[in-house]
Amino acid sequence: MTTAALTAARTWARLPRRHIPVLTTLVLLLVLYGVGVSQYRAFSNVQVIFNVFIDNGFLLVVAVGMTFVILTGGIDLSVGSVVAMTAMVSASLLQHGLPAGLVLVIALLIGPTIGLLMGCVIQFFEIQPFIVTLAGMFFARGMCTLISGSSIPITDGFWTAMSQKRIGDPRGNFVSISVLIAFAVVAVAAYVLAYTRLGRSVYAIGGNAQSALLMGLPVARTRVLVYTISGLCSAIGGILLSFYTLSGAPLIAIGMELDVIAAVVIGGTVLTGGSGYIFGTVLGVLVLGVIQTLITFDGSLNSWWTKIVIGGLLFAFILLQRIIGIRYK
Amino acid sequence: MSDRPGRFAELTAHRLFWPVVVLVALIVANTVYRPGFLSIELNHGHLYGSLIDILRLSAPLILVALGMTLVISTGGIDLSVGSVCAISGAIACLYISRQPDQNSPTVVLTALVLALAAALVLGAWNGVLVAVIGIQPIIATLILMVAGRGIAQLVTEGQIITVNSQPYKAIGVGHLLTLPLAIFIALGVVLLVAAVTRRTALGMIIESVGGNARASRLAGIRSARITFLVYVISAACAAIAGFMMTANVSSADGNNAGLWVELDAILAVVIGGTSLAGGRFSLGGTIVGALLIQTLTTTVYAMNIAPQTSLLFKAIVVIIVCLIQAPAFRAKLARRRRARPAPPAPVADERKEQVPA
Repeated sequence: MTTAALTAARTWARLPRRHIPVLTTLVLLLVLYGVGVSQYRAFSNVQVIFNVFIDNGFLLVVAVGMTFVILTGGIDLSVGSVVAMTAMVSASLLQHGLPAGLVLVIALLIGPTIGLLMGCVIQFFEIQPFIVTLAGMFFARGMCTLISGSSIPITDGFWTAMSQKRIGDPRGNFVSISVLIAFAVVAVAAYVLAYTRLGRSVYAIGGNAQSALLMGLPVARTRVLVYTISGLCSAIGGILLSFYTLSGAPLIAIGMELDVIAAVVIGGTVLTGGSGYIFGTVLGVLVLGVIQTLITFDGSLNSWWTKIVIGGLLFAFILLQRIIGIRYK
Repeated sequence: MSDRPGRFAELTAHRLFWPVVVLVALIVANTVYRPGFLSIELNHGHLYGSLIDILRLSAPLILVALGMTLVISTGGIDLSVGSVCAISGAIACLYISRQPDQNSPTVVLTALVLALAAALVLGAWNGVLVAVIGIQPIIATLILMVAGRGIAQLVTEGQIITVNSQPYKAIGVGHLLTLPLAIFIALGVVLLVAAVTRRTALGMIIESVGGNARASRLAGIRSARITFLVYVISAACAAIAGFMMTANVSSADGNNAGLWVELDAILAVVIGGTSLAGGRFSLGGTIVGALLIQTLTTTVYAMNIAPQTSLLFKAIVVIIVCLIQAPAFRAKLARRRRARPAPPAPVADERKEQVPA
């Protein structure tokens, strides 16, 4: 019955099936925004949209990395902890008086190194990604608490400058530098996925790893690389988070992996891999951001509602993917 | 198999040999570090000592790992157990804290039943997602893993609920026949699960579903129903563990109750020799695994290392155990060994051990 209805809908709209989730997300985003504007006058301010980006820049970057992993059919549960560890290491090194440039380099190396190691274990010893990255999650979280049991403030000049710099239009609306960095990451990732050999290999592995191998694509190298990319994105996300909060805290970003996976899935990327776009991921992050803003505007709802709503949305979109019959294990 | 290996080789080949060796080694190390470690004394009719403490503290983990064992043996995974612990503990504490007489056994019993019922609903939710809708178990249970923390906070309204109830507290720190009550509760659940899975065909059916769900369905086993069932059992076990954790401290904390317990549980199951690929499980192994992890945690505390750092050790142990289990890793080791003047044993050994996976 549903199949018939959907076939009808498809002939009507002339849409390839794989575009349906992204379009659903776009509609959802517009509906959520419409609800916001109709309920609260201040919601229509341009700055509200900018704030969504400012508050979720780090999430966007991490979600971009996760998109690569999920496109190959894998999963990376370590992202939240790696973000926390990057912020923690940065804060700790700055506290010890290391120059900001050196701290940035060290912090940006941690994520890719962990990603590379996890990728190698997954690829060469054929252990399920979730167990390896779960171990990575606990490893990075353990490192956080090893560095310090409590939050470390950041007072470094470069960090505070990055945190407070406003880039705006004459009417007073502004974004932070983090947003520009996040956009740069999005642009690079979108280019890599759409126009490079690496991008094609990523889609091919997610479609069917066996065929990709028979086609002579560098499956092993690509699979290790996507976890390294995810690690790098988590590291950048960690730096952006430390710009945002100007501190490193051992328990920060707990449960972030669900937000990230949810953003990717809501953005239309299929969990078994092979289908999805970076643009969808951006939309997914925006949906989460607008929900958060709505809950903040409402005021009577508590912040933990966000987690529940995100869980519900993730469920709804997985269901949608199944109903429209995208190949799913 | 032409030349039988000696008794010692047979012993080392046993699935539980290395876990038990490591457990004993940890206990020896502790005894060297702190000579009083092994001593147990009777005080006011209760037995006290580090070993008793380890047993008492490992009770919740044994419960969670027990449910996890069944889930993993069907080829699934349940990441939501920590959240279920938090939710069930929160509901029980919330109900008790609202009653005028917190010490009344009926009140505590009602609270337990309510919380257990909620946990069963959560388990059923996981079960439906995995068995009926067919979502990958990691993702299906990940939803509840994080959204569940939100639910727990919703129940406690972001506060830490403190209860002042002797009967409830007894679940965590009470005593029976000189031993902590928690040990008996865990033992009771273990025996129940063991009886149901090993005295009836259920265990075999679960293993067959894990081995090949489609084949077992064709053989007449309702594999979807079995898959559903293991998630419900897992949630029920997690709920009881949640009671113990909250009773231990007489308060429910939506954020921290049961935090990271899913890794401990997975680790215990894997150490115990249950393959993550499903198709085989060992309850005894899981218990040894849980005891090993609790001993490791206690050791970390005893050595004055920051408690949270034990996560680090556990992560490393998980990876090592998984590597040893991984056929690809074994194959690589075996190839290296075969490069030398080849002893015939590894090939036969390996084939034998790979069958269940």
